[in-house]
Amino acid sequence: MSINFGYSILRDESIDFDRNDKRIADYLMEHEPSVNLCIGCGSCTATCSTGHFADFNIRRVHTFIRRGETKKIKKELQKCMFCGKCQLVCPRGVNLRNVILTLNRAIEHLG
Amino acid sequence: MINFNLFVLPFFLGLIYMMLAIGKSWYRWIKALPAIDKVRFMTGIRHPGQLLSALREVVMEGLLHRRMWKRSPLLGYMHMSFALGWFLLIVFGNIESRFYSGTHLNAPYYPIFLKFFIHDKLVIFFEVFSVPGFFRFLMDFLLLFVLSGLALALIKRQKSRWFGMKRTTEFQLTDFVSLVCLWLIFPMRLLAESFTAGYYGSGGGFLTQPIGDFLVWILPLPDDAMAYSLWWGYSLVLGIFFITLPYSRYMHIPTEVLLIFFRHFGIQPRKWYSSFSDVEVQACSRCGVCIDVCQMNDAGIHDSQAVYFIRGVREKYVPEEISRKCLVCGRCQEVCPVGISADSLRLIKRRELVSGQASDFSFLPSGYPAIGQVEVVYFAGCMSHLTPSIIRAMKGIMQHAGVSFYHLDEDRSVCCGRPLMIAGKDRQAHDLIECNKQMIRNSRAKILVTSCPICYRVFREEYNLPIRIQHHTQFILDLVKTGKIPLQEHFNKVTYHDPCDLGRGSRVYEAPRELISKIANLIPSGQEANNAMCCGGSLGIFEASQDQRNTMTAGALDILLKNKPDILATACPLCKKTLEKQSPVVVKDIAELVYEAIPKPVYCSVSGRSHPVKSSAGELTSV
Repeated sequence: MSINFGYSILRDESIDFDRNDKRIADYLMEHEPSVNLCIGCGSCTATCSTGHFADFNIRRVHTFIRRGETKKIKKELQKCMFCGKCQLVCPRGVNLRNVILTLNRAIEHLG
Repeated sequence: MINFNLFVLPFFLGLIYMMLAIGKSWYRWIKALPAIDKVRFMTGIRHPGQLLSALREVVMEGLLHRRMWKRSPLLGYMHMSFALGWFLLIVFGNIESRFYSGTHLNAPYYPIFLKFFIHDKLVIFFEVFSVPGFFRFLMDFLLLFVLSGLALALIKRQKSRWFGMKRTTEFQLTDFVSLVCLWLIFPMRLLAESFTAGYYGSGGGFLTQPIGDFLVWILPLPDDAMAYSLWWGYSLVLGIFFITLPYSRYMHIPTEVLLIFFRHFGIQPRKWYSSFSDVEVQACSRCGVCIDVCQMNDAGIHDSQAVYFIRGVREKYVPEEISRKCLVCGRCQEVCPVGISADSLRLIKRRELVSGQASDFSFLPSGYPAIGQVEVVYFAGCMSHLTPSIIRAMKGIMQHAGVSFYHLDEDRSVCCGRPLMIAGKDRQAHDLIECNKQMIRNSRAKILVTSCPICYRVFREEYNLPIRIQHHTQFILDLVKTGKIPLQEHFNKVTYHDPCDLGRGSRVYEAPRELISKIANLIPSGQEANNAMCCGGSLGIFEASQDQRNTMTAGALDILLKNKPDILATACPLCKKTLEKQSPVVVKDIAELVYEAIPKPVYCSVSGRSHPVKSSAGELTSV
């Protein structure tokens, strides 16, 4: 039964948490729990070496993973240069290089 | 056959089995060498110089255990007594047996059980001066030598601290069986020879004869059954030791010899798991010397030290996180008595783990800016962007010296590639390396100067650049030596912290120290040069939390600040950034110190106008 509220949801803009794939997020939480310390300040993204050249936003990647929108991050993660500046500026001590490495692994194993 | 008894069989068969097993392994390793290394090996064994230098090291390390002595004299003596003592027992045992048999062709077991076959009734007062007497004395002396080592080994099990080791390796069953057999061999020999000497009333030396006489006195024997069963026991423990040797840690004995030959013939570790890696893995004696120096102990990590990692590789099972749980600082390699390149083994495993992961650096810049003629291309490195004071100091120094330079990574930097490589992604780092290489070549400068030891190392090892590569400490020292920068002693007590990639990684120890000595009173830290600590900020370790890193940094600071310096100097932006978070004293890069120590003009204000005056160095400087 559908009720007409007088407006509808744009399919493209909706995030279906029930359908989205949370396996990669779960894998990350299990193997690098420090990611839970993130306050989303964006310091990592601000200092990122790759970010100076390309559209690469580690904070956005984090959001996508949390939401389970894993398809969007596969290409994104391949841009990381592993320089480690993000980890040094993180005010919460998130082990960011291992976050990326763990995500690479998760994508490799979980697809 | 006269000189044969059934009891020699366990020893004899064990010996044959061991020889075949070792021969098979050696053959397999040499056969599996890559073609170029095989050529090196074949040339090496025909080259008398290389062969002699290799043999010399076999004697120095395999028998005398020189590196163990350096670590701890007690540990060195213990290992030497076993290796050299046993070796000489075999050599002189053989010579002695020839004296009795009159032939050069004795069965291999004959010298080992000589005292069972020969009961020399000769009793001479000054027996040391007769040939058989001399051998009796010598063989007993050597046996005592080995037994003294055995006594130390037993003490070491309980009191490893006396041997300079806080922690020792945890054992496995196969190792334990071998170890017990090894420990039993020499007491068995002593008892068997003593009982025989006691029963026959002669034939023993200064050790075995009195012990034998005493044993027979308290235990009067109707026949030599006791001695006979002890000979059986002696042969059995030898046999079991030989059979278990290829499967226990004692395989390191024959393997280390081959490793020494490989190294002297110019065979080096590869980027993938090669025959050389396998030899290194098997050459690890699991002595555990690497455990104490590992700073991961501070962080409560006790399962990932080089010895455990290598054991995992040997057993073909390394949990993934063990490969990633390592600072790759190289401290363990410096103390390894066998000289195993544990870091390169660890990186090989990491490469295997990430081989399926792709990288995409198509976004990197492809066009290069036009640069005028410059002497120096300066690459600060990613980390230096987080310590802008280092970049500022470097630019100031170069301007002061009148050096024309181009700052390659002024506003954004392409990573040098080493952080990726340390994660095992060598293949993926290739694009970054190529991009930087093109930009560096494009500058047409004669010298590449970098402020980051991580970059410095990878520039040297992977870039194949046609120009000179210098870390900024070396570059500044050259400027000072050519008189382009005047310096004056400016600081009081300064301690220098060696960054891993500059010190152990690139063997640059002297330039930074020389530079500091020119501007300050350089005082030593608790651990210098190749034994220097890692700051804890290493890019090598992936599986360590910030808290664990902090404890490692605290541990490093304890040692660095042992002599209470006013300033802690380093030559790496990452070390600086890591140490200054916790250090109670100021942490500065050498470039900053030098820049501060350049005599600046002093302006004295006379009626609102300033005039440059002579600086304290006595030289008129102007801005």
